[in-house]
Amino acid sequence: MSANEKSIVIKGGTVINRDGSVIADVLVIGGVIAEVGENLNGDLVLGATGCFVSSGFVDLHTHLREPGKEEAETILTGSHAAAKGGYTAVVAMPNTDPSQDSVAVVQFVRERGRISGFCDVEPSGCITIGRHGQQLVPFADLAAQGVRIFTDDGRGVQDENVMRAALEISGLIGITLAQHCEVESRTDGAVMHEGECCSAMGVPGWPSIAEEEMLRRDIELVRQTGAPMHFLHLSTQGSVDLVRSAKAEGLAVTAEVTPHHLALIDELLSGFDSVFKVNPPLRRPSDIEALKQGLIDGTIDAVATDHAPHAPHTKEQPLDEAPPGMLGLETALAVVNTALSLDPRRIVEVMSWNPARIAGIADRHGRPIAVGEPAHLAVWDTTTVWQVSKNNLASKSKNTPYHGMEVRGRVRHTLFGGKVVVEEGKLIS
Amino acid sequence: MKHLLSTVDLSTQDIVEMLETADHMAEINSRPQPKVPALRGKTIASVFFEDSTRTRLSFETSAKRLSAEVLTFIASSSSVNKGESLRDTVETLTAMGVDAFVIRHKSSGTALQITQWTDAAVINAGDGWHQHPTQALLDAFTITRSFGEKSTMQGRTIAIVGDIKHSRVARSNIDVFTRLGAKVIVVAPDSLLPHPMEQWPVEVCGHIDDVVAKVDVLYMLRMQRERMGTASIPDVAQYNKQFALTPERAELMAPHALLMHPGPMNRGVEMQVDPSDVPGSRILQQVTNGIAVRMAVLFSILGNGSSAVLQGGQA
Repeated sequence: MSANEKSIVIKGGTVINRDGSVIADVLVIGGVIAEVGENLNGDLVLGATGCFVSSGFVDLHTHLREPGKEEAETILTGSHAAAKGGYTAVVAMPNTDPSQDSVAVVQFVRERGRISGFCDVEPSGCITIGRHGQQLVPFADLAAQGVRIFTDDGRGVQDENVMRAALEISGLIGITLAQHCEVESRTDGAVMHEGECCSAMGVPGWPSIAEEEMLRRDIELVRQTGAPMHFLHLSTQGSVDLVRSAKAEGLAVTAEVTPHHLALIDELLSGFDSVFKVNPPLRRPSDIEALKQGLIDGTIDAVATDHAPHAPHTKEQPLDEAPPGMLGLETALAVVNTALSLDPRRIVEVMSWNPARIAGIADRHGRPIAVGEPAHLAVWDTTTVWQVSKNNLASKSKNTPYHGMEVRGRVRHTLFGGKVVVEEGKLIS
Repeated sequence: MKHLLSTVDLSTQDIVEMLETADHMAEINSRPQPKVPALRGKTIASVFFEDSTRTRLSFETSAKRLSAEVLTFIASSSSVNKGESLRDTVETLTAMGVDAFVIRHKSSGTALQITQWTDAAVINAGDGWHQHPTQALLDAFTITRSFGEKSTMQGRTIAIVGDIKHSRVARSNIDVFTRLGAKVIVVAPDSLLPHPMEQWPVEVCGHIDDVVAKVDVLYMLRMQRERMGTASIPDVAQYNKQFALTPERAELMAPHALLMHPGPMNRGVEMQVDPSDVPGSRILQQVTNGIAVRMAVLFSILGNGSSAVLQGGQA
């Protein structure tokens, strides 16, 4: 009998499905859910009393850094971090080196993810070659490799004509474009949110309007082309308002927010600590409130980590030279759950069901907990209080902004394809 | 006091005491042989990642007058050109046995940042657009002493003219001047003001003509040439029309009013008047006072706390 055929039972948890929650045991055999019911037995028993059992989380926004920056993260170490965070699928952002603008690189990333075996690694594609914002990538060739989401993340596509051309093609071949909204002429050298704190610190500011202007432009392009579009890491109150009215109009737009934009404010940078430098930047409490409201009322569809590992020596540079980005995979659930009180069903919606749909992988992820479904599962609670330590992370880098912070809610077990990859919070290799 | 990173770290009382210590230092500097053994045996690393004439020489002179050893580090002729990081540079100098770093860097926050990599004291000699605390102290010294005061600028109005946004001098001086009781007016085009600045304790004015006749101190900032012809200053001629100090404007200054500039001056740009023609000019006095104030800072941080040593004979 192979390991896959060993039966696993997740015992005593609250199973969350779209049509309701029920306390039940979940039996997994051969990578699929064999039974959901009471008093089930298996070769391996995973305790889930007091926990929720849901489809595994799906991250729309993960920087795995391979190929090119293996000093910061590899697909293997990033997959470890994902599994510890309850993720069974991650969308790998394309700003690698070389960037994910060709079939060869996309195949490489997917294959490395498969070999790693801790979660599905779904490569995104660039919108433009080298993310230079000029020449479109061969969308159809990449789509044939299973790429469903395309973005120049880290940069927004500045040229409106290029973006419009990309949307016309994407609408035809059924892929989704995702925009990093940033008008670069307004953010030259920007270090943090343009506000009083930035003004006193004497660093270049990243004004909210730089995000909102591109968002407004792209909503207009969606209106004109009818192609769907996803907006990455919303960070401002104005952005939430723009997406809300676009949705009210019936436009095919979706949006995500990161845990850190729900939890952290710009003043954390007042000590010039680059661990808090991120793009888009941490903003004001009023922005946080608007983002929370957007996540609650459905304006924002998904929580996405923007997990961005950086090697210590790069973050140790002066604030203006240090690269933006922070770790997110292993703390996402806890940070979101600590920042705001979401109904557990809404947590699953924004961390699994919706991102699976936006990523175009809803045939495999974000599935019901039902007989015959693939066993990509997360077992987690919203009550355990723990202290984040940069020294206890599976990621190869240590740039977590939550080091030393107490958070509430933890991932207890993760099953990927019926294999236990995390048990009692520990990686199972 | 372990470090001097920002004026914000100093209480108003600290500032007043520092200026009093600087009075002692000015007395030492007036002696035929201006040197005391106050910091004998101490080593100060002067670490400049950005070009400087007066600040570096001022600190080094101050250190020598207190009998400290000085290590001079100039980034442009160092291993920084081989890619050595800031951390490695600081740790390397620390390993040589340094009691204090005097650091100048183009990036805001670096003085604070390096405190995590060394046990030595750190003195900020200018970090990016952020802070230049010894400049603020020497300017406060110059202003108070010019007006015969010891501890206050109460009732004085000071206009700071020029590129406020990119100026560490403005950020430090506004903090110190206002806490000593002065009213500060910043005079600049909108593109050279930080945004937002609702929380800055200043008035904003768009034209030098509106302030020149009514201020006690006219403080001109250097127009950074590299910003000209950019979005910040699209039209240099227009800027000069509104913000340069011309001989005609200098004529309008009150008889008691002071003219100051942190240097280096751009003659023919913001300084269209020859300062030697302005009776209230304190620009060279600022440089002289800089030595006394920096001696006071070094002594406050590295000295043994007793000012008796300052009364001693030659080193």
